[in-house]
Formats: sequence, structure tokens, C-alpha cells
Amino acid sequence: MSKPRKFNDPAVLVMPAVLLLALVFVGPLIWFFIQALASIGTPAEIVAHAWAIITSKAVVTALSTTNWISLMVTLLVLLISYPLAYYLANNQGLRFTLVLFCIVVPYFTSIIVRTYSWMVLLGRNGIINQVLQHLGIIDEPLALLYTKTGVLIGMVYVLLPYMVLTLFAAMKAIDPSLMRAARGLGATGFYAFTRIYFPLSIHGVISGSLIVFILAIGFFITPALMGGPSDVMIAMLIERSVEIMFDWSGAAIMSLLLLFATLVLYAIYYRVTDVRRMMRA
Amino acid sequence: MTAGHTRSLSVYVVVACLVLMLPIVILLILAFGHGGYLKFPPDSYSLRWFGVFFGDPRWQRALWSSLLIAAIACVIATVLGFFAAYAFVRGDLRAKKLLLSFMLLPIIIPHVITAIAMYFLSGPLKLVGNVFWIGLCHATVALPIVLLILLSSLQGVDVNLERAALSLGSSRLGVFTKIVIPLAFPGILSSALFAFLASFDELIISLFLAGVRSETLPVRIWNSLHLQVEPVIAAVSAFLIAVTGVVLLLDALMRQLRQARLASQANGR
Repeated sequence: MSKPRKFNDPAVLVMPAVLLLALVFVGPLIWFFIQALASIGTPAEIVAHAWAIITSKAVVTALSTTNWISLMVTLLVLLISYPLAYYLANNQGLRFTLVLFCIVVPYFTSIIVRTYSWMVLLGRNGIINQVLQHLGIIDEPLALLYTKTGVLIGMVYVLLPYMVLTLFAAMKAIDPSLMRAARGLGATGFYAFTRIYFPLSIHGVISGSLIVFILAIGFFITPALMGGPSDVMIAMLIERSVEIMFDWSGAAIMSLLLLFATLVLYAIYYRVTDVRRMMRA
Repeated sequence: MTAGHTRSLSVYVVVACLVLMLPIVILLILAFGHGGYLKFPPDSYSLRWFGVFFGDPRWQRALWSSLLIAAIACVIATVLGFFAAYAFVRGDLRAKKLLLSFMLLPIIIPHVITAIAMYFLSGPLKLVGNVFWIGLCHATVALPIVLLILLSSLQGVDVNLERAALSLGSSRLGVFTKIVIPLAFPGILSSALFAFLASFDELIISLFLAGVRSETLPVRIWNSLHLQVEPVIAAVSAFLIAVTGVVLLLDALMRQLRQARLASQANGR
């Protein structure tokens, strides 16, 4: 601030932000990995220990659960979001604003609040069971909370806005006259959609799916609160090994695994997307 | 699309929007229930659980911790994010896209990993429970959000106005305080609001770093959820939703202001 002349230099302007990230974000990460791994012993011992952890039953199970849940969530979110984004891209005025409102309000509501609200709805004595029993549709309450179904519902709800907003940005860039031209030349609505609209939106489909999958594999709050004993995702295992077992080296090895997967997927995302479009279209 | 398709799409969108809003609306209704357990619809309505929330010193402390931490994170992230965004928009930074991708990492890398690494360092340094430190840690997560909002809003500021001021003898600092900041002000406020919200709602980093001293609202909700689903949580949740509502409302206002400024800028004032 004392040298206004320096305001010219963009490198000086980004420096404070880069320093914050280097000291409070990257620094602690590197320090943690080095210290936690070094506490294991020699490099050979580290490799042996890492291998033992990665191939342990708990980790293998958690990894396959994480993968399965994340894939399902990504697929469901894509299917639910596509028509919503299409509607947003092709409507203006009050309709557009209302639909956007219904997507943005949950998006900016605390994840813990959104998860809690589904716990209230899905619980054994929850509102959905109360209503279904009251209407006489079911006799026994359905087991929804503390099951995989519960986790899927909760995660789809939390991650849906990311997909809708990404798809919307991609669809907004599609020239509407292309569809009109196809129809004018005799294509059916379905044919024009599958041959023209969908291929043009594929960019958004890939970006959106990647970002949802990336966020899903690191999910913690929703599966921890809504899942059953068998629905342990890798992020929960990492948290438990620190909070309950004080096993820093185990946590570091699992974290490296998750970090590696995240960064590889983010690198792919980086290749296919304009990063700036990411959060707010 | 044919009329039939359009109609079924509309029906789908209406249903989807209802489902999206359902959990939030139901939570808001439950918060005003009077009963000792969550029942829908409540038998009677009152502000009883809000009274419990605002009357309990532990919830009060959590509220103040949350506000303080969010304020610290918001100021740091907005100031640093503003300078960085300005450099991105105006400067010839090398490897711009790569640098931006790096700066977005805090919202990409799973919070559990970040939180544990920060916790690992906080223990020996006696920083667990230190609100300033938690605010600083939250600022790393809020920074990408500030950056994304300001990148788009600074692009709306006409570079010619800055050039004109410079050629008329204004200093760079003068250009900043008299041209860039006033013109980008709605965007800066918006980004500050969302940075505040990001910290105010953050759970995982707080969960590790807060200790017993500085429990935030989300941490207290988390701890209570593990014990029981008490109705007071519905009231606290309603409060958090209200905070989100206020932020979104103010953001909408800022957008209006931004549009108005861009229009007046285009008219040459």
C-alpha cells in the first residue's frame, strides 16, 4: 500500500492471495503429509505400511462404496438436472427467476442444514413416513434414513445445483436458431434434440459430471449423518482415523489417495472447461 | 419441441422445484412448532424454540463465534481476492489459467483433508480454538468464491475510464480508490456477502479447529445431531436459512445496482 507505483504490477497484486494460500492451505498440507509419513520410518517401511493400509479390508470397502455412491449420485444428478437446465436456458422472465430461485436457495443453504432437513423428512418417525402411514399407503415405516438410499437422496440434493448451473451455462451458448432450422428442414423434435441439441450440450454434461463426481468422492457430512454402518465413505474413514484412533499416518495415506484421485480428475476438468464458469454461470 | 413435450417439461420442472424447496419450507414450518418433538404439521405454533436458541448461553456463544470468525474470513478473503481479481482482469499474468486453477483448489480438495492438515499444525502451535486462526483458515475456502464473483464483475468496469484518469494525472492509487472500487462496489459487496456466508456455514474445518472454546453454530448443530434430533435445531436451522435469505436478497440488490452503474457508465454519465 505504501508504494502506489507498484499498483501497476499484477504479480504484486496477486501476491497476498497466493501467500495466504501458500501459508494457510498448501503449507499445512505438505507439512502434514511429510510429518505423518516420516513418523512411519524408513522409505521401505513407509511403502510397506501404505500398501498394508490401501489393501486393508476397511479401505478397500470404503473405496468401492465411495466409487459406487459417487457414480450413482453423478448419474442421478445429471438425469434430474438436464431438463431443469434446459428449461432455464429456454425461458425468460418470471418463470426463469422462479426456477432459478428454487435452485439457488438450497445451493446457498448450509450443507448441515440441508442434511438435517432430509433427516427430519426421511427418519423412521420422519415426515414422509408419518404422511404415508396417515394416508394408509404403508403399515410399517420405511427404512430410508441410515441406508444407502438416504445417502443418495441427501447427496443428490446437495450436489444438484452445481450440475444445473454448469449445464445452464453450456446450454445458454447454444444458438436456438439451430433447433428451429432442424425442425424447419423436417427433423422431428426427438431427432433434432439427439442429433443437434444434446451433442452441443455435451461439453456441459462432461464438466458438470466431473465437478459433481469430484465433490462426491470427498463428501463427508451427508454420508456421515445419513448413512448406515455399512455406508462408510473414504472421507469418513479419514476423519475417524484421526478423531477416534489418532492414527495420523493412516489418515495421511488415505488422504494422499483421495487427494491424488481428486487432482487427476481436476486436471481432466481443467482440460475440458473454462474454469471461470465453474461456480456462478 | 412439440406442445406435448413442452407441457410435460413444465410439469416436471414444477414438481422438481417443489421437491427442491420442500425440505427448506418444512424446516421453516417446524421451527415455529410448539411441541417437544418434531411433528408435521405442528399441533400449535409458537416462538418457543427460538426462545430456547436465543436464551441458551451455549448457543449464544456459538452464534458469536460464528459471526466473529465469518467477519474475519470475509474481510481477509474479500481484500486479498479483490486485488488478485483485479490483477487477473487487467494484468498480463503469465499462466493465468493455471494460476486461477491453483487458487480454486481450496474448494476442490476435500475439506476433510484440508481440515486435518490444518488441525495437525494447529495442535503444536496452540491454535485450536483461536478465532483469528479459524477465520484465516476459512478465508482460504472463501477466497475462490470472492475471486469467481469479482472476475466477472470487474470485467464490467470500463478500462478506458482508468486510462482517462491516469492520463489526466491521477495516481494508480487514485484510480483504485476513485474509479475501480466505486464502480466495482456492488460486486465487491456481493463477494463479501458470499465469503461471509461460506465461513458462517462452514462445518468441517471448524469441527477440527474450534475445540470447545470456539464452537460455531454448524459445529453445535453437528454435535447435537449425534445426540438427538431436538426441535431447537430446527429453530437454529431456520435462523441459518434466514441468514442465507438475507445474503441472497442483498446480492439481488447489488446486481440491480451493478446494472444501473453499467448503464450510467455506458451513457457517459
